[in-house]
Amino acid sequence: MEELANLFHGFAVALQPYNIMLMIIGITLGVIIGVLPGLGGANGVAILLPLTFSMPPTSAIIMLSCIYWGALFGGAITSILFNIPGEPWSVATTFDGYPMAQQGKPGEALTAAFTSSFVGALFAVIMITLVAPLVASFALRFGPAEKFAVYFLAFCSFVGLSKEPPFKTIAAMMMGFALAAVGLDSITGQLRLTFGVTELLNGFDFLIAVIGLFGIGEILLTMEEGLAFRGGNAAINLRVVLQTWRELPAYWMTSLRSCLIGCWMGITPAGATPASFMSYGIAKRLSRRCNNFGKGEIEGVIAPETAAHAAGTAALLPMLSLGVPGSPTAAVLLGGLLIWGLQPGPMLFVEQKEFVWGLIASMYLGNLAGLIVVLTCVPIFAAILRVPFGIIAPLILVLCAIGAYSVHNSTFDVMLMLVFGVLGYLLKKCNYPLAPLVLAIVLGDKAEEAFRQSLLGSQGSLGVFFSNGLVSTIMALGLVALFWSLIQEGYSRLRTSMA
Amino acid sequence: MTERSGSGSGPAHKTLEIGMALLIAAFGLVVIFGSLKAGINWGAEGPRAGFFPFYVGAAIVGASAINLWHAQRDDDGRLFAEWGQLRQVMSVVVPTAIYVGSMPFIGLYVASMVFIAWFMRWLGGYRWLTTIAIAVGMPVLTYLVFERWFLVPLPKGPLEEWLGL
Repeated sequence: MEELANLFHGFAVALQPYNIMLMIIGITLGVIIGVLPGLGGANGVAILLPLTFSMPPTSAIIMLSCIYWGALFGGAITSILFNIPGEPWSVATTFDGYPMAQQGKPGEALTAAFTSSFVGALFAVIMITLVAPLVASFALRFGPAEKFAVYFLAFCSFVGLSKEPPFKTIAAMMMGFALAAVGLDSITGQLRLTFGVTELLNGFDFLIAVIGLFGIGEILLTMEEGLAFRGGNAAINLRVVLQTWRELPAYWMTSLRSCLIGCWMGITPAGATPASFMSYGIAKRLSRRCNNFGKGEIEGVIAPETAAHAAGTAALLPMLSLGVPGSPTAAVLLGGLLIWGLQPGPMLFVEQKEFVWGLIASMYLGNLAGLIVVLTCVPIFAAILRVPFGIIAPLILVLCAIGAYSVHNSTFDVMLMLVFGVLGYLLKKCNYPLAPLVLAIVLGDKAEEAFRQSLLGSQGSLGVFFSNGLVSTIMALGLVALFWSLIQEGYSRLRTSMA
Repeated sequence: MTERSGSGSGPAHKTLEIGMALLIAAFGLVVIFGSLKAGINWGAEGPRAGFFPFYVGAAIVGASAINLWHAQRDDDGRLFAEWGQLRQVMSVVVPTAIYVGSMPFIGLYVASMVFIAWFMRWLGGYRWLTTIAIAVGMPVLTYLVFERWFLVPLPKGPLEEWLGL
């Protein structure tokens, strides 16, 4: 009951006119970011994060999370109208969304996509409302060893569930840890890995890395392709919307299944992209009209969109309750919390009630506002895509430079951003995943601190990570996640030899 | 991202994979060297500052060695990119480097104007009127939004000083 009262208090915070205005601005910016090639949710949030330094933390997180929702919505617009997935999690939406648009049904496809996104997000927010406080109160009992075990689980999940080669994931992740270690050691106060360079005293800021790796890196990749846009018309009106809404309840089973897949993948943290693919694959296998998938089947739009939004939203659950983000964008948001002086994790629910519940309430309202904004403004957003890349690209590059400079008011950071940009381009071309790298830069310090504190308590014995049921279970889950592909391979070999 | 084995010529994907693995391994060695300097053993305050990064560096070198082995073994004849594609990429990287490098001296606004104008005129082939409108409009809008609205100071140069901004 106390949670309900807190939630209503959160609604009161989120419904303040200033916050509603930020919500609308955030959604609009987010959709633009989602629509533009070369800008993703994580990158958009990172570029705009410095703008929020002067705002109160609750307002800032409302705006940033709304940019996130907006980016999730925006990806669907480009996928359906132009067959260009603005975001990786929108790739599965192109399979059926684009054929639908070509068959003269862009309105139906867009309405189905937006509504499914809303349903997925709503399901995940309800789950967060009910579960997050429980997880947080449970996590309050965590000591350093348990904390490290949770980080261990998060990092192992990236290695085990990533579709990239595991040793490339490990190399990328360890590079993130190494970059996070540069500068002042928080425990001993000693300088390390700076090699006498004064600019490195404060270490590498994850925002600079994100803007470079994602923003500049994506632009370079796009330049290589010499991308040319051919925009179509986005005819969407009230009649089409209402007609599609009448059809959607028939697919309730697909929606529910996709919601569950999305929530699970968001928390674990596999993220929105695998969630959308998995949901699409399962819907195709189980649907009565499976032969129509890939040719313009509305169920093929509902399944990935619902799962992607449910995953994207559910990724905030571990971030809020444990301090471990479930997605790169959640990692950037987590970095924001640290900058505002808030400590993400279970204590947030105790010490910063207004902030947490304001954010949760804004998730409900932000998604509703998002649905209204995207349904009414699709033609305008689609028009952005008709602006040629030759104009958009330099503007994005200038925005990235402004974003990087604003972090510490330092031009050295802007140069660093470019270095990260070229690195991001090369890493992506060589199939090294960027998400674990960013996650390790954000969480490296905290994981190291928990690791060293645990060892300090146990006089250097690694047995501390298996000293009680809770920590042993989390560590075991981490090891299972780490070796997941080997376990799967072994299992399938066993089945073949048995057969 | 797409990697295609087109008909054109360009650096082999394998070469870049090997280069990348070696580069990352070198980074790992630098991390190990830095950690050794910071101390990797047990001190009065527990594990010393270099303890954790040392093992991280070792993991980087280890993972890179395996990646290098894979890169040498797997050769599917793919291209990393065609020379034309790389030229396109460099045509963005080089001017961006000049843009970023000139920022401390001429400020963000003038640098952005020149950069946008160059990009649109040279790569995009736009008319001068469109080019100038956007090249001047964007920094002006940036000034109003960032400096006036959000109170975020951006680097300025002699021109802004002369204008008294």
